[in-house]
This record gives sequence, C-alpha cells and structure tokens, in this order.
Amino acid sequence: MNKNIILCGVGGQGTVLASRLISAAAMKEGLPVQSAETIGMAQRGGSVFSHIRIGEGVNTPMIGLGQADLVLGFELGETVRQLPYLKEGGKVIAADRAVMPVTASLAGGYDPSVMKEYLTANVPDLTIVEVEEAFKELGSSKVLNLLLLGSALHTGSLGLSKQSVLSAIQENVPPKFLDLNLKAVQFYK
Amino acid sequence: MGNEAIAMGAIAAGVGLVCGYPGTPSTEVLETVAKHRPEDCYVEWSINEKTAMEVAAGAAYAGTRVLVTMKQMGLNVASDPLMCVEYVGVKGGMVVLVADDPGPISSQTEQDTRTFARFSKVPCFDPSTAQEAYDMVQEAFELSEKYGTPVFVRPTTRVSHGYADIEVKDPEEYTKHTPEGFIKDTKKWVIFPRASFLNHQRIEKRNQELTKELSASPFNRIEPESESTVGCGFGIACGGISYTYAMEARKELGDVKLLKVGTPFPFPEELALDFLEGLDQVLCIEELDPVIERELTYICNKYGMNVWIRGKVEGYTPNAGENTVDSVKKVMARFLGKDLKTPVAPQLPPLPVRPPVLCAGCPHRASFYAVKKAMAGKKTLYCGDIGCYTLGNAMPLDMVDTCLCMGAGLGIAQGVFHTEPDTNCFAFVGDSTFFASAIPSVINGLFNQADFTLVVLDNSTTAMTGHQPHPGTGRTMMGKTVPAVSIEGVLKGVGLTCVETVDPLDHEAAVACVKRVAAEKGVKAIIFRSPCIAVSKPSGKCAVDADACIGCRTCIDEIGCPALFFADDRAVIDEAQCTGCGLCSQICPVCAIAPAGKEARHE
Repeated sequence: MNKNIILCGVGGQGTVLASRLISAAAMKEGLPVQSAETIGMAQRGGSVFSHIRIGEGVNTPMIGLGQADLVLGFELGETVRQLPYLKEGGKVIAADRAVMPVTASLAGGYDPSVMKEYLTANVPDLTIVEVEEAFKELGSSKVLNLLLLGSALHTGSLGLSKQSVLSAIQENVPPKFLDLNLKAVQFYK
Repeated sequence: MGNEAIAMGAIAAGVGLVCGYPGTPSTEVLETVAKHRPEDCYVEWSINEKTAMEVAAGAAYAGTRVLVTMKQMGLNVASDPLMCVEYVGVKGGMVVLVADDPGPISSQTEQDTRTFARFSKVPCFDPSTAQEAYDMVQEAFELSEKYGTPVFVRPTTRVSHGYADIEVKDPEEYTKHTPEGFIKDTKKWVIFPRASFLNHQRIEKRNQELTKELSASPFNRIEPESESTVGCGFGIACGGISYTYAMEARKELGDVKLLKVGTPFPFPEELALDFLEGLDQVLCIEELDPVIERELTYICNKYGMNVWIRGKVEGYTPNAGENTVDSVKKVMARFLGKDLKTPVAPQLPPLPVRPPVLCAGCPHRASFYAVKKAMAGKKTLYCGDIGCYTLGNAMPLDMVDTCLCMGAGLGIAQGVFHTEPDTNCFAFVGDSTFFASAIPSVINGLFNQADFTLVVLDNSTTAMTGHQPHPGTGRTMMGKTVPAVSIEGVLKGVGLTCVETVDPLDHEAAVACVKRVAAEKGVKAIIFRSPCIAVSKPSGKCAVDADACIGCRTCIDEIGCPALFFADDRAVIDEAQCTGCGLCSQICPVCAIAPAGKEARHE
C-alpha cells in the first residue's frame, strides 16, 4: 500500500498528535512511514500542516503537488489552501469549523461558507464533518483531531485497521485523556 | 524524528556529556538524550551557546565523548571558542550539532553551516534522512577522535523535524566509552601563537587528506544511471534534504547520474572526479549557499576539466529559500530538457492570512499593552528581542520597533539614547534571553551612563522553543531542583537601584509601575512576572455580557487577543481559547466582560 496524507489546520488544533497517531498505526502494520510537521513560530495561531507518506519506495517525507490521496482538514480555509496537493480523485475530509485569524477580527474576517461552497463544487470525494454535536456530547472541544481521525478511519480513507489506530492511541495518549480520546475516535459509526 | 535519531545515535556512540542552548530546529536533540540518557551521561541546557561550547570542550579535553547542540544562529555565539578549539584539538570525540533553517522558517538569517565549516576548518556531515543522521553522528564521533578535531553534524529543518522509521542498534551494541581524564600538558591545552602556526599547518594537511578518505565514505556516493541516460552528458549533484527530492524526481525524469554529497567539507574530491568523468553539464541542487557548486567548479578548474557547473551562481536555481519536491522536479526537468506532467493548479478563493500571534491569555500581551498605555504621547523606542515576544510587533499592539539577535535590544536602546537622548528607550527581553545574553549589556549601560528602561518579560520558561528550563526556573535537565537565580538579585547586584516587579495582568498596577520607572534616570528595570499559559493552569473563562456590551470594539482593536471575536455587533469570547487572563475585562470601557469566575462589573 502507498498512501500520501496531508493534515492541515491552525496551530493549537492538535494536528501534530493526529499525525503521530497515524504514523504509529502504520508502523504497527509493519509499513514504512515518513512524515514532516510544522513546528516553531507558526504553531502560534499560524497555518500548520503535516505530510505523512506510508509505503515502500518513498524517498522524502514531503508530498508534491497533486500527490495526496487524502487531505484531512481541521479548518475550512486551511483545507482549501492544501487543495493543490490533492491528487485527481483524491479524498477530502474537512471539519465544518472556521478559525478566524486575529487579523481578520481587525479587518473584517473571511466567510467560511465561501470555502465550503468551493470544496463542494471542486472536490467530488468530499466529507464534511459536523463536529459541534460531537463536542457537546463528549463535553469537550479539544477532541477535534480524534474526531477527524475517526471519520477518516470510518470511511476507510486511511487504509489502516481500526485495531492498529486504537492501539496507537492507547500507547501515545496520556492516561488522563485516553478515555475521552477513545470515545472521540469511535464517535462516527 | 530526525532530531531524535541524532540523539539516539549519540547515545549509541557512548556520549558522556551533552549540552547546548535551545533553538528551532535543533532543540529536540538534547531533550531526547535527556529522556533516554544512560546513567553515566550528563545533560544540561547551558546558559548560552558560547558557554555550552566551552563546557563541551572541557569535557572533551578530559576524554569524554561530547555532543553540543544549537541552531545556526547559536553557532555565531559559540564561534569564538569553536574557532580556537579547532586549533587546540580535543581528546574525546566532540560533535557539534548545528541545525540550519532554510526558508528561513524560524530564524533571522539563512546562513549555511557548511560554509562555516570551511571557514572554521571543522569537518562537516550533512544528513539527508533520519537514518543517515543516526549513522552520521556515530561516524562523526569516530572521525573526531581519530583526528582530534570537533566535527559538525548539520541537519536542516526538514531532516531535523522529519519522521521516519529507522534501524537502530540494541543497547548491547552501544559503544562503551570510559574517559581517561584531563592530563596536564600546557603545550597542548594552552593556545599560543607559535603553536597555532604549527596547528594551522597540521589542520590544512589533515583536511587535504580527508578529501581522499571521505571519498570512500558511504555518505558520499554516485547513484548509478540507468541504461537510457548513460552517455547523455548530464549529471546532478546534491546533498541534504535536496537529495531526497532529486531521487523522487528521478523516478519521473529518468535515472540520470547523481552525486550525493554527505560531507560538504572536506569535499570528497576523488569521488567528484569519478562523477565528473564523461559529463558535459552538472546541475547542483542544494539549499542556502552554493557549496557543492563552488567545490565542483574549483575541481574542474584544478584538473582542467571542461564541465559546465550550473546552479545558484548564474541564477539557474534560486539563491534563497527552501527547495521543495516540486521546485527540484521542475528545475531538473528544465535542465534535462524534459516535459513534465504538471497538475493543473486550482484557482483558489482568497484565503485567510495567518501571521503567528501571541497566544490567547499570553502575559506578554498585557506587558506590552501596559507600556503602550503608560507611554502614550511620549517619544519612545521599543527594542524587541528573540522569543515569543517578538510577536508583540503585530497589530494592534505594534510594540516592537527593532529586533536583531539574542540580547541585542539592550545595546540598540543605548546606541539610540546616545544619539537622541530625549527618546524614552525600552529594551524588552525574555527571562531565558536575559540570562543568555543580556547581562553584560546591562552593565555596559550602567558603566557608560546610558538611560533606558529594561523590561524583563519573565514567564518562567523558555517558551518559544518548547518550555526548556533556565537558571531562573530552578530545575535542571538532570531532574534536580536547585536554587533559582533571581533576576532582581542579578540586576541589583550589578548596581541598578530602580528595579520593580509587577504582575502584568493587573493592568492598573502595571501601568503605574511603568510610569514610575520610566521617569527615573539611568538604567532601570521592570520585571513583568506572570507564567506562560502553557506552563500554568487557566484561571477559568472570561465572558461577555451581551446585554451590557455596546459593540465599541475596544477590546478587539486594542489588544488583539485571538480568543476575542466580533459577531452580531457584540464582542464574543471563544471559550476554547480563553484562559481567563482578564485583560479584556479590565479595559472594557463599560465593564461588560466578566473576569473568570466573577460577574461583570457593569451597573
């Protein structure tokens, strides 16, 4: 199996943990993995992304334009930003979430519905994940990453088994948050 | 992670002392050693890179294998001891890990440690992958001990922060290394002009010999061409992460002959001669300086070879910024005269711009705002520095007029004061930066009768690089709790008489403090003390009383907190982000924002 996956969002949304969980799950299945993440100043509210490449014969962790099988978007504007990397016929799973940049609060903001319309019109294989209800039911808005991971797992877009993802979570999430995270990843059935 | 691989490689090589100063993208190397450290390995975050280099040199003099870590900017700070240690030499293997930052993504400059290697005459390894980084560190220790020289390992951001599954040694296979101890020998360990002349000759001879020895290293190699490209006359030369991009491009463009350079200095000259044989043109693909390109040009000249070496010098490839999978594929296709199947770029709608900002609840926001309010209408200069608080430059705070390098704000404030004494000069510096490089400039200002206000933004951690301890935190990397060094004590100890400490989240008190201290003459200091939100518990959430809010936007327009929004003509607080710092509730003109756990104060 060869899979190129891009995770994208805004610093602080938990893309890094989700990326590590996918890599750990792939390694559990004995697959070679390479990945790269945004670290440093951009984490302070900037655009962040992770590239994950699973499979044999991969030279570099970076995914080229038009090469991603899956874009997992944590934020609508950021999802659209990564579309040039999506392969023809690739899948997009996007959270129905908009994070306004501070500059937008000062200058008037951007319209998330424009992004949603653009995604609907341009991505044939699109899943928009409504997360507000899940936040309410789970009592936390900090599980966005695991909800999206769960959605990707549920739609079979990761090419990884539920078992390996669950055990990656068990091994990588602090015990205090484990129960909540396990619930979140299995929220969409 | 590449940085973790470097750390594990050092442990496998029997490293006995690891020190350094945090800096993106190098930080995780030392942290990983600290996490997995064997019992006989000592680890410290040093006060700055110069001290770290000296601590490392001392241990290496005593025969310990040492690893000293920093980012490329830090190498400038450490260059004084390093230039000299290269002449004096070491006994235990000494690996200097310097992470470069093409882009630059989180640095002030795009300087190239490979160029520094030539300048300092220190051999340099340049890994392309995490696996290679792991292997190279171990080889670097061997080379260092064999020749008694420090050795650079120089990853770039994409290697340092790239992840891959790698093969590692079992602990039983680790090298065991017992240091001999320091043996007195003034002819060796005391640097003198006469000895340096002889050492200079020795180093030049050694590096010349290394061009042969390193030609046989597995880190330098020629990737064979396929039958279809034999005799085409084109070659690619590359190193670092660009090697992985070029190998990816070869899949599509054909297996053209390729030279991979893993030791840019000393350059593998014999191998390069083999590579150049039969070629008409070579495209050099590298980030930052044209190091490989200049070496190949030099070799062609030296041996009278007629090969056209192409790259940055003539503008064929970009001379600044990062390479990408796509940029390398594109330039290789152009060079080889091949058509590329490029995906059609979609026309995207206008996207939100997201410059990095101070976190919601960050105490630095309150500190900057207090100074801004206190000094409104006065002639001021705000010198910023390196750390999260550089982000105080963003609108609407707009409180950073200058930023140069670690600790520079204090000197700049003094220089401006001597030129225009009527300006109220402020130098903002973080707690870690204060200890790293601000103290000599405080004394300089005091001695030379400058007039400026030092503002120490003490959030009790090294926040930007991921919360490393420093002398003010009283915790060491060996897990010990030690007496914390007091910033007030240091300032008063060197002779400052006006030193005030205040909580920046108490807005009224903070403004009054700034007014008081700024009115004093000479060098005076304010310490804004409030912990980073990432190392302290949130105190609850603030809430806007929508009925009381008059929609004046003061909170949004004045402080630029990412947790504050404007919707339906009212201010709104994003609960997921708010930490309850309460700054907005203190500046709301109609008291419509309730501080954490309290009611709004409006009537």
